[in-house]
Amino acid sequence: MATGPSNMGEVVIKTDKLTKRFGDFIATNEITFDVYKGEIFGFLGANGAGKTTAMRMLCGLSTPSSGSATIAGFDVYKETESIKKNIGYMSQKFSLYEDLTVIENITFFGGIYGLSDKQLKEKTEQLIEQLGMKSEAKKLVGSLPLGWKQKLSFSVAILHEPKIVFLDEPTGGVDPVTRRQFWDLIYDASARGITIFVTTHYMDEAEYCNRLSMMVDGVIKALDTPTNLKKQFSADSMDQVFFELARGAKRKGD
Amino acid sequence: MKQFISFVRKEFYHVFRDSKTLLMLFGLPIVLITLFGFALTNEIKNSKIVVCDYAKDDASQRIIDKIQTTENFQIEKALMSHRQIEEAFKSGIIKLAVIFPANFNNDLLHTNQAQVQVIADASDPNTASTLTSYINNIVQDYQNEISPSGPAPYQITTETRMIYNPALKGATNFVPGVMALILMLVCVLMTSVSIVREKEKGTMEVLLVSPFSPFLVIVTKAIPYFLLSLINLTVILLMSVFFLEMPFNGSVLLLYLESSILIITCLALGLLISNSTDSQQSAMLISLMGMLIPVMMFTGFLFPLENMPMVLQWIANIIPSKWYYIIVKSIMIKGLGIASIWKETLILTGMAIFLLIVSFKRFKIRLA
Amino acid sequence: MSDVILTNLKKTYNDNTVVAVDNVSLSVEKGELFGLIGPDGAGKTSIFRVLTTLLLPDGGTASVNGFDVVKDYKKIRNSVGYMPGKFSLYQDLTVEENLKFFATVFNTSIEENYNLIKDIYVQIEPFKTRRAGKLSGGMKQKLALCCALIHKPSVLFLDEPTTGVDTVSRKEFWEMLKRLKEQNITILVSTPYMDEATLCERIALIQDGKIMSIETPANIIKQYPDELYAIKSNNMSLLLKELRESGMVQSFNSFGEYHHITFDREAEDSQGKLIEYLKNKGHTDVEIKGVTPTIEDCFIQLMKNKINGHGPK
Repeated sequence: MATGPSNMGEVVIKTDKLTKRFGDFIATNEITFDVYKGEIFGFLGANGAGKTTAMRMLCGLSTPSSGSATIAGFDVYKETESIKKNIGYMSQKFSLYEDLTVIENITFFGGIYGLSDKQLKEKTEQLIEQLGMKSEAKKLVGSLPLGWKQKLSFSVAILHEPKIVFLDEPTGGVDPVTRRQFWDLIYDASARGITIFVTTHYMDEAEYCNRLSMMVDGVIKALDTPTNLKKQFSADSMDQVFFELARGAKRKGD
Repeated sequence: MKQFISFVRKEFYHVFRDSKTLLMLFGLPIVLITLFGFALTNEIKNSKIVVCDYAKDDASQRIIDKIQTTENFQIEKALMSHRQIEEAFKSGIIKLAVIFPANFNNDLLHTNQAQVQVIADASDPNTASTLTSYINNIVQDYQNEISPSGPAPYQITTETRMIYNPALKGATNFVPGVMALILMLVCVLMTSVSIVREKEKGTMEVLLVSPFSPFLVIVTKAIPYFLLSLINLTVILLMSVFFLEMPFNGSVLLLYLESSILIITCLALGLLISNSTDSQQSAMLISLMGMLIPVMMFTGFLFPLENMPMVLQWIANIIPSKWYYIIVKSIMIKGLGIASIWKETLILTGMAIFLLIVSFKRFKIRLA
Repeated sequence: MSDVILTNLKKTYNDNTVVAVDNVSLSVEKGELFGLIGPDGAGKTSIFRVLTTLLLPDGGTASVNGFDVVKDYKKIRNSVGYMPGKFSLYQDLTVEENLKFFATVFNTSIEENYNLIKDIYVQIEPFKTRRAGKLSGGMKQKLALCCALIHKPSVLFLDEPTTGVDTVSRKEFWEMLKRLKEQNITILVSTPYMDEATLCERIALIQDGKIMSIETPANIIKQYPDELYAIKSNNMSLLLKELRESGMVQSFNSFGEYHHITFDREAEDSQGKLIEYLKNKGHTDVEIKGVTPTIEDCFIQLMKNKINGHGPK
């Protein structure tokens, strides 16, 4: 279990009965929770449980049907542009431009987030050093192995030192060694005060989180530290906890 | 502002690193300018015509001389009988015939008036009008020559007859062209996209790993589009005959048979395109770009082929729609039968068979 | 004779610049449930595509049911079942229509082999008139499996069937596979999930196109060279750093609630010394216990061997 800040820190994500409806279908049903600064917060749930819908609302990409939420202090209805400036996002589906080189990608995304030329130069060198990509810097991202792409993608997502970074299944399909290297990067970021909001299907990764929430059928069925959850469900592993909670789920969507 | 520049720079990277886009961006304009520069000319040059001189006198000889020296005409032969002239028109060799009646000179001397008969193939009304006006100019010229000042002592007039399309309806020219265009575009596009879609979605993989012959996979794809194309054809025909007053003088069955051959050619082309790409978008683009320009340029309904440089005319020979266009006009407008168009039919059939063989051979029974 | 045989298989792409499969040899016996375990890019899909005759090998040979993948590809295509990586059934046909279609493509009918797919099909039967595109991930999987089984194949190739599907559906899927084994169908499955490895009879661990080990899961675990320990304290991320800096452990990897560590075999009282060290650094609640390695531990260890040039077993 990772350490994080002491329990009562600054709240960076606050939701209150956040809901999203599509016609008659309630994808996300009155979810209420807080996330603290520097925390590694795991957002778990089966496919179709409503995770993606919830995340989109938190990123300012989708307007909620009802309820309220503030991200990094900005209102999710009225201040979505400010939210986008203060968060980072990385998903499996899209990370970087495959037909641009490593450096070009860093420069581009850094530029988008308003980094100055000097900052960009510094950060680029730092990043390449940290990831050990000196000889790959000028290669097209498309030619890199998956694991490297993911690590680079994460680093680019936090290039502008956002308050929160949202990670949507960032380690899918990656080999076990690279996965752990990825989580080293996550730990580093968390230690620097960046809040990590991550979804994953790997149950051992659930253990790396400070706290977890589990969504089932659009509702948050559990929210606590991994240790407490295991006690609550008399389980040996997060796998079992997940199984217990998800088994009764009616919705097993996409 | 900096963000803006960042974005713009990135967009340039994308464009320059995609060779296909580059080819289109720079290659296409060059091709178009070149083609249009040569193909697009309203002047008609070297039109094949026939001159029948029954009079064989001074006046007719002089007029014929004039005709011969202009760039616009190429005297094919000097025929004698009306039946031969009719045959020549039917075969499409000539677009115009000029006939000097036997008593041309007599008429001139005694009645101070003589007529030159001009017959024009009006299945292409624009060309017919242009050519007849050229002849009129030449005759007028001759008149002015022999009486430079004041009214002429005698009048030479032309009596024009437009055959196949006396009302000079424009539809007769473009409807067959549009038929060819639509069949070629739709068939090729639909077939290629349909096959590539299976590849893109991954269902092709599963089909390949099955006892069902890949050959049959293609045939089953072709069948609905074949039938739909025939339906499309029917709709076009109905609309053009009833709304555009397009003549239909020939055999309906023959037209459908010939159209079927073109459709098969197009299906084979669609198959060939689908073999060379894995994305639907790409297939669509190649089908549209690769078909649209050649068909529009080289079928003969927008730009008369005879006016193009020889090189382009040779290129036109490998475009199936060129032959189909001739066939359709012969059947619909001239009311001809298979005997007159057997050559074109043979060529079109040959193309169909050739393309079928090539596309089947190239069909990938594996993923790579 | 083994049902599936690969001998020195080589597959390259992009004009030999990318070596996806590098000298792979393995064999699968009749009725075996064999797992190909490795991350994305390891070469699993390439191997499957060669075996299902969709790609030609660039070196080596392969045979299925005694038929060569190059020369007798038609015979192989008649008799195997294939479920490729992403969902590849017809999205705009219903469940029933898809099943009927694939049955007829394989010259059979749904009724003929219904007993084979019954257990699976009853789970999706309530949705049989729904278009396949509108099914959930887990249901699509089940349908795809039915379509691959409908003609009673002798060998079943499943390429990453559980990827992108939630944990519960994954478990259910493997239950279904176990039951299929009873029908004596040879099943070759690939997966990036290490925890699924233990559900197979034999597995091949593959990385970067090379096989690292082919064994039963139990044997692979037995072959783990060192004693493995699990350690935890009150501050796990700091613990990881300190394990690295202490120089007292040979290997350390985070594994969820615990970190897995091994010691230098020669050292004495490594455990004691380590606990002392950590307490001095301010760690409390330090707990060390011996544990059995998991497949993931073995995979990591084999990967590191490869990187250090110790070569595969």
